[in-house]
Amino acid sequence: MVARAEDVIPQRSALWAFITRWLLTTNHKDIGTLYLWLSFTLFFTAGAMAMAMRLELFEPGLQFIEPLFYNQMLTMHGLLMVFGVVMPGFVGLANWQIPLMIGAPDMALPRLNNFSFWILPFAFGLLISSLFMDGGAPNFGWTFYAPLSTTYGPPSTDFFILGVHMMGISSVLGAINIIVTIFNLRTPSMKLMDMPLFVWTWLITAFLLIMVMPVLAGAVTMMLTDRHFGTSFFSAAGGGDPLMFQHIFWFFGHPEVYILILPGFGIASQIIPTFARKKLFGYHSMVYATAAIAGLSFVVWGHHMFATGMPLATELFFMYATMLIAVPTGVKVFNWVATMWRGSMTFETPMLFAIGFVILFTIGGFSGLMLALVPADFQYHDTMFVVAHFHYVLYPGAIFGTMAAVYYWIPKWTGHMYDERLGKIHFWMAVIAVNLTFFPMHFTGLAGMPRRIVDYSLQFADFNMVSSIGAGILGLSQVLFLYIVVKTIRGGEKATTQVWEGADGLEWTVPSPAPRHTFETPPEFPPVMNRDADERTPVSTT
Amino acid sequence: MTSIASTLKNGLMLMVLWGLSDTVLAAALDMRAGVTDMSQRIQWLHHLSLWICVVMGVLVFGAMFYSMYAHRRSKNPVPADFHESLSVEIAWTLIPVLILIGMAIPATTTLIEIEDNSDADLTILITASQWKWHYQYLEADIGYYSNMSTPSEQIQNLEPKGEHYLLEVDNPLVLPTNKKVRFLTASNDVIHSWWVPDFAVKQDAIPGFINEAWARIPVPGIYRGQCTELCGKDHAYMPVVVEVRPEAEFDKWIEDQRIARELASGQAVADRAKTWTMAELMEIGERVFMEHCATCHESDGSGQGSTYPALAGGDIPTGPIAAHIERVMFGKSDTEMQSWAPQLSDLEIASVITYERNAWGNATADVIQPRTIYAAR
Amino acid sequence: MSEAPRYHVPHSSPWPIVGSCALFVTAFGAVNFIHQTSEKIGAEGSFGKPIFYTGLAMIAFMFFGWFGTVIRESIRGMNSGLLDRSYRMSMAWFILSEVMFFAVFFGALFYARIISVPWLAGAGTNLETHLLLWPDFAETWPLFMTPSGDATQAMEAWGLPFINTVILVTSSVTVTFAHWALKKNQRILLGAWLGLTVALGATFLTLQVVEYIHAYTELGLSLGAGIYGSTFFMLTGFHGAHVTMGTIMLTVMLCRVLTGHFTSDNHFAFEATSWYWHFVDVIWLFLFTFVYWF
Ligand code: HEA
Ligand code: HEA
Ligand code: HEC
Ligand code: CUA
Ligand SMILES: [Cu+2]
Repeated sequence: MVARAEDVIPQRSALWAFITRWLLTTNHKDIGTLYLWLSFTLFFTAGAMAMAMRLELFEPGLQFIEPLFYNQMLTMHGLLMVFGVVMPGFVGLANWQIPLMIGAPDMALPRLNNFSFWILPFAFGLLISSLFMDGGAPNFGWTFYAPLSTTYGPPSTDFFILGVHMMGISSVLGAINIIVTIFNLRTPSMKLMDMPLFVWTWLITAFLLIMVMPVLAGAVTMMLTDRHFGTSFFSAAGGGDPLMFQHIFWFFGHPEVYILILPGFGIASQIIPTFARKKLFGYHSMVYATAAIAGLSFVVWGHHMFATGMPLATELFFMYATMLIAVPTGVKVFNWVATMWRGSMTFETPMLFAIGFVILFTIGGFSGLMLALVPADFQYHDTMFVVAHFHYVLYPGAIFGTMAAVYYWIPKWTGHMYDERLGKIHFWMAVIAVNLTFFPMHFTGLAGMPRRIVDYSLQFADFNMVSSIGAGILGLSQVLFLYIVVKTIRGGEKATTQVWEGADGLEWTVPSPAPRHTFETPPEFPPVMNRDADERTPVSTT
Repeated sequence: MTSIASTLKNGLMLMVLWGLSDTVLAAALDMRAGVTDMSQRIQWLHHLSLWICVVMGVLVFGAMFYSMYAHRRSKNPVPADFHESLSVEIAWTLIPVLILIGMAIPATTTLIEIEDNSDADLTILITASQWKWHYQYLEADIGYYSNMSTPSEQIQNLEPKGEHYLLEVDNPLVLPTNKKVRFLTASNDVIHSWWVPDFAVKQDAIPGFINEAWARIPVPGIYRGQCTELCGKDHAYMPVVVEVRPEAEFDKWIEDQRIARELASGQAVADRAKTWTMAELMEIGERVFMEHCATCHESDGSGQGSTYPALAGGDIPTGPIAAHIERVMFGKSDTEMQSWAPQLSDLEIASVITYERNAWGNATADVIQPRTIYAAR
Repeated sequence: MSEAPRYHVPHSSPWPIVGSCALFVTAFGAVNFIHQTSEKIGAEGSFGKPIFYTGLAMIAFMFFGWFGTVIRESIRGMNSGLLDRSYRMSMAWFILSEVMFFAVFFGALFYARIISVPWLAGAGTNLETHLLLWPDFAETWPLFMTPSGDATQAMEAWGLPFINTVILVTSSVTVTFAHWALKKNQRILLGAWLGLTVALGATFLTLQVVEYIHAYTELGLSLGAGIYGSTFFMLTGFHGAHVTMGTIMLTVMLCRVLTGHFTSDNHFAFEATSWYWHFVDVIWLFLFTFVYWF
């Protein structure tokens, strides 16, 4: 069925075997693993930067780091978390799961898949190395507004620009691959409206990526020519406008934040039905809602720019459009609750993370809705309130989503069950610490603390100290997570094929751990699930 | 497993209790009400949206927690199998739409008033630069810079921090009560944002463009805010202080400023006439340097890497005098080294240059007189 | 389902890693190259230029190796209809991403024309911007005089640009003729039409260079000539880069045709190239309309 030309690789040495396995691989599972480890590594890197910031913000005054260095930490933290942690994390999950969930033998373009991955370590290497360059790393925030980043940016800005180009290439190629895999390699008996929601949300995310990553690339290209070739896109003296940069950036940036959350929605929609032992409520409306969110995301970017002096009519338009997003998002939240309603629930770690996701994301969504009200945004904008908002949607949103997915699927990947007790400890630690870290930011923001400041006046001291303590605990909880993952890879109770009693879908029909090659012939859909949870499947690898 | 709901509940209770503990209670939890009509209406809008969200949250999370409690496996071993209902879907699409309309209406009416900048009694042109504000009273032809006045010893934790740590300036913006004041924001370098929470005025200052905002402040007092757009290294050190005085006092203040300006020009003439000694200039120069230059070039003139060049032993401070004067007075375009001629007096520029040429081992023995600077203007 | 099509999953391949190294070297070299020549940063003594060219060479090497492998696999008959569909879909989505890339620069053009230039001249609520900051600035498009006072002349639409339009549209037609010839397996006609397309592409590029020289030397129209020059060169230059890529791709196709590649029912590489070429052509029509004409 599947033609493999070079089935037998000549085994020259252990090193060569390692290289062919990881560097030259075309296997979606290997590439998924690579993505996930990259994301994890950068999570620790960017997290360490957050720790540096929180350490400095522990008390008023300058204790540990200089203002310029704080700005570098801030910028690198934001950029790495968004582009280096959440996006590769989700792509890693897509690589592992999408072929398994739609019954495909691999990704549609396996070599391109490897290319997409291997661009990233180089791109982030370029970005991180700028920390050691003369003049320091980029220091203008992850939004790199002109002219702070153009006229006034440090020399390393150009490495950052080319790094963004490379990430863009990687994302676009990766997204193309995902879309084509879904459209072309889906097992013939699975209709579009049969697809698991994780696949649906990723399909839409990939579409968003293709639409907006080139826009980001265009923005940084114009930055480069403004910096070095005398153009005046972002300079009023030549007839351009610094605000044009913001419009372009946020035309990318807002869809981007949905790129950072839609796969998370998909994950919650896989996990909640499994542990509620009940079908997902409102499958069709879930799909339509996701599409609606993606569609609306193209016309709301102005809500990041309410304080820039846009005309009244424009402000009103962006306010209304932004508020509308609450409707499809609400539909999703209500559907999850309805899925749980009258189910028969158990609360294993993936479920806990999924529930944490739904609740805390919704809190972040609520503050987003408040931000959308233009007059109120004049008070919230660029304060810690915004920082609170986006960490609520990103940390317990995107990151909890990813962690839920890891706990949910890791038995399938490794063939071992993770340590349930440690998993629960991890969850409770994380959930408490996240709130301890980010909830007080609402208050400091409302009281008037701007964001992106290295030092603050005395009235904000208490809450900042609480945040910093929370951040420390949050950091520790991630070390625990690392320990759990490593422990699971190295051993543990054997996982069954079905893994979760309530699980449904093609990925649960292949043995655990999933053999290197799966679904070489398209499987039947819907699968005949083996409901016998005690069945032990022999481990088979090709 | 039965304890899941109660654990969650306990967790929540803990959070609430912690939220009420005394240190925390002392700090405000709410958006500032401010003093203007607008800031209070915005706070009302904040409360409206907050309570809508709280109610929605209680309903949604309440249903979830109830379900987690009542529909856990030990209580409800057999799951139901409904998974679709068009009418329910329509209901929870339409109801949020109605709620949103309810929020959008007051937001729209408030916004329309905020954006009405017409019929101002007084116009202030606020020009931002790294990292200070310049206030120009367009009608009265008065203008001055406003720099943060918190000493660096407090920032470096060498001295106890004052009450208004980081929120104090040398020259606050002075405004009258009960007048519609129009703010025009502009910038000389990067984007800044002028914010006074108590007026609910936050307006970006964008290089090359001018934005407008307004406030009518009924209550005299001192109001503090900050720059809220990341504008480089010292973004945290760019406070806004506004002193609002009753109308009569304000008018008197304007009159005083006029007189002071005339005196200053007389003073400048006198400064030019005098020939200053090295010691005098070095003393003034050191003060000026610490106040304006040390954030970048460091108090010992050692700079910060290649970003901010070292002045100790630097090419320009030890090279020809003319180039040095030129650089300090007119800065270098497209770098953070700005033009100081507008902000500093002839005497200050002369003394800071003298200081730079003779401090930290720069032993040029040059003495620069204010009249030289005057001639270079 | 034994008659289901075979899907080729290659086992391992060195080209992706070569490609990502190549991108890295190119990016690293490019930045150093720029820094070397930039008066602002002036990093003398770095090896930007040779590194940059090495990177480009590595990219070319990667393309040869990668596509070479794909061609060999295709010739050995390892490609199925399903894989062909994957390639088609990928190319279509790739072109969509390119459309968005151009959309940004068009967005910049429209933003300048509809928003920033009028605002600087005081339109809407921006009277103060005009009065206090740029009192002498007047709105025109093309922007003959920037707010800071740099002057330039506009590029005339009905000279070279119009000729170039005709050339590019013609080349879109000739490449279609070549495609028909290929489908009917008329190899000679195929070679002729394809060769003509390549020649038209090259002519277009030459004329574009002539036009640039004219702009710089006679019109004072340069990258530094304000937003008109910025958008003009960004759009035409980015388009020109695509035409260059397209011409190279067409040339490669021509070489492959001459060595006897492609059959009347299996010639996806050819089709992809012609899609790309049509896309570049359509972009040009927009360019001609909004950059030169109106
Ligand atoms: C995953 C990322 C993510 C997500 C999903 C969102 C979701 C939303 N965001 Fe957020 N946002 C960010 C990431 C994200 N955001 C980031 C990173 C920034 C800062 C960027 C920067 O400046 O650095 C930001 C900033 C930001 C701003 C700009 C603030 C400012 O700078 O002044 C605004 C303003 O409107 C906003 C709004 C919203 C809204 C309305 C949503 C909505 O999608 C939320 C919708 C969800 C709900 C509303 C909850 C569930 C709904 C119900 C239960 C239904 C019923 C409810 C009601 C009817 C009340 N966001
Ligand atoms: C997905 C996105 C994401 C995630 C997960 C996080 C996670 C965290 N973020 Fe961040 N953050 C952003 C995206 C994200 N952030 C963005 C986009 C910005 C805006 C940037 C800008 O303004 O431009 C921002 C800004 C931002 C600020 C604002 C600074 C300011 O405005 O002045 C702060 C301050 O507290 C902060 C803190 C944290 C903390 C404590 C975490 C924690 O959750 C992190 C926890 C994880 C770890 C800590 C890793 C564990 C590892 C260790 C503990 C090992 C430690 C290693 C050593 C000690 C060597 N973030
Ligand atoms: C915002 C930061 C900042 C402040 C404040 C500042 N400078 Fe500078 N200064 C710079 C930068 C950046 C340069 C380098 C400009 C360049 O690229 O050549 C510079 C260069 C100089 C030079 C030329 C040094 C050389 O050898 O090239 C002199 C002299 C100087 N500054 C004096 C002053 C004086 C006097 C003051 C205070 C009145 C001052 N600076 C305040 C940032 C600053
Ligand atoms: Cu000025 Cu921040
Ligand atoms: Cu947004």
